[in-house]
Amino acid sequence: MTCRAPRSLMWLAGVSAAVLAAIAAALLIDLPMEGRQEILWRIRVPRVCLGLAAGAALAASGMAFQAMFRNALATPYTLGVSSGASLGAALYMRAALRLDAAGIDGVSLAALAGAVLSTMLVYGLTRLSRAFSTATLLLAGVATSFSFTSLILLTQYTSDVTTAFRVGRWLMGGLEVVGFEPVWQVLPFATVGLIVVTVLTREMDLLVVGEDLAATRGVSVEHVKRLLFFAVSLMVGGVTAVCGPIGFVGLIVPHIGRLLVGGHHRFLAPFSILGGATFLVTCDTVARVAIAPVEVPVGSITALVGGPFFLTLLLWGRANRGFETS
Amino acid sequence: MRTLVEVDRLVVRRADREVLHGVTFAVERSGFLAIVGPNGVGKTTLLVALLGLVRPAAGSIALAGRPLGAHTRRELARRMSYVPQSDGRAVPFTVQEFVLLGRYAHRGRFAPADREDRHIVRDALEHTGTAAFAERPVSSLSGGERQRVLIAGALAQQAEVLLLDEPTAFLDPRHQLDTAALLRDLNRSHGLTVLMVTHDFNLAAACGHNVLALREGRVVYHGDAETFLTSQVLEEVYGVPFDVLRRPAGGAWAAVGGPQ
Repeated sequence: MTCRAPRSLMWLAGVSAAVLAAIAAALLIDLPMEGRQEILWRIRVPRVCLGLAAGAALAASGMAFQAMFRNALATPYTLGVSSGASLGAALYMRAALRLDAAGIDGVSLAALAGAVLSTMLVYGLTRLSRAFSTATLLLAGVATSFSFTSLILLTQYTSDVTTAFRVGRWLMGGLEVVGFEPVWQVLPFATVGLIVVTVLTREMDLLVVGEDLAATRGVSVEHVKRLLFFAVSLMVGGVTAVCGPIGFVGLIVPHIGRLLVGGHHRFLAPFSILGGATFLVTCDTVARVAIAPVEVPVGSITALVGGPFFLTLLLWGRANRGFETS
Repeated sequence: MRTLVEVDRLVVRRADREVLHGVTFAVERSGFLAIVGPNGVGKTTLLVALLGLVRPAAGSIALAGRPLGAHTRRELARRMSYVPQSDGRAVPFTVQEFVLLGRYAHRGRFAPADREDRHIVRDALEHTGTAAFAERPVSSLSGGERQRVLIAGALAQQAEVLLLDEPTAFLDPRHQLDTAALLRDLNRSHGLTVLMVTHDFNLAAACGHNVLALREGRVVYHGDAETFLTSQVLEEVYGVPFDVLRRPAGGAWAAVGGPQ
């Protein structure tokens, strides 16, 4: 603590600078002279804001689930929130409904409903066994995720080509928005989730060491796990409803954080929040300019970075760093 | 004699099987009780119940006259600390960071570690002889060092009762003796009440004033350590013959009797 703090603070300062650089790059790269103000305020700024919120939320979610499951490979999507959201979105597109409400896109509403329902389903399944056990939660989450994924495939298969393409495109995730409505839609979920995660840093430190030890050190383990589960699931649901399931942010960023600032969540949480925002905004800028004028879905960029990244870690034998079992 | 931990006709079920069938005993303040018995007789279940991690099906456990269930986890943590088995558990912290986690129940939610916390952590490190590697990652330590760090973490909790699960498992003879000496010192000089689950009947007799032996979920022996270390009692507990060596300096040493 005394020894590691200055180094951790240095990395936190570094990632704060990086987030500013990422914002500047995202706003200014390829900004045309014509209609400059309009593009900046109607398109670029909302898009960057959404990227910041979504990146921070996804990275913090990954970190929280990794602490809760004591596994560095847990992701924000481990408990099936994204497949719930995706199924909601897919069914909506399949049914060719148009139910926009209060300026919010109908797809988002359907996805949000799917996320909430899958969260309740996973929670309900977990409650079937008397205790709120982590192993049961994981099983319920993975089972729900698999069933929903196959339902999504079915939905897609039985759709016409245009709808199937739309669903496929949605499943890749993206931050292409116009105006601030989507940002306002994500913000409450992200804010509440990030507050909960930030407040529970000490509890997460102890959960990583083991639930028995956490309990005997004074943590109300079940209460904390339930709070994390709901806050994080809803945060992920809120983000996924607007941006689709964007992978790898929640996996890579906390992982790099553990390498740089250590396992202490007091440092790891701010690092993940700032790092997630930086990473997603940067990937989105790359997605926008890589083969301009065509935009690549940002989810494919994060996955493109993520695959080799994990392969490297795997080859170095550090895929489970901070969670070693020997 | 003031009773600190009181277990009364405790029945515990785990996975729909009754593991403890009416266990009764008491531990006085500053007592040292070793809990022994063969594999699968409910030693660990008893420990888990004493920690309040499993609800009794019947009977009761009281801590200083108050039922365990009436405490919050935080209150419990201030009265009772736990040293888990030094297994392969992941501890992604330095020794000092880990020991500081023991202050959880004493700190406010947003309060940073203050001078008192640091002082207590320093004391815990010094008592356990772990101050020299305070800045090292726990994952880099040897088994013996790890065990002492786990004890330091519990000491930082400043609780009057210390529960240990197999504190000498996986340790070589020297570290076994060091750990035993540390526990005796904590009990005698600091007045800690120690409850220890162990497979090591010699350690149990050497450390514990009292020994509680379980067999098939029932108490088969509860008494002083000296009487425990007799071939008759040992055979009754473990179901195999024993040779007991009386030592000239006092005390005894038991070994499983070989074929004659």
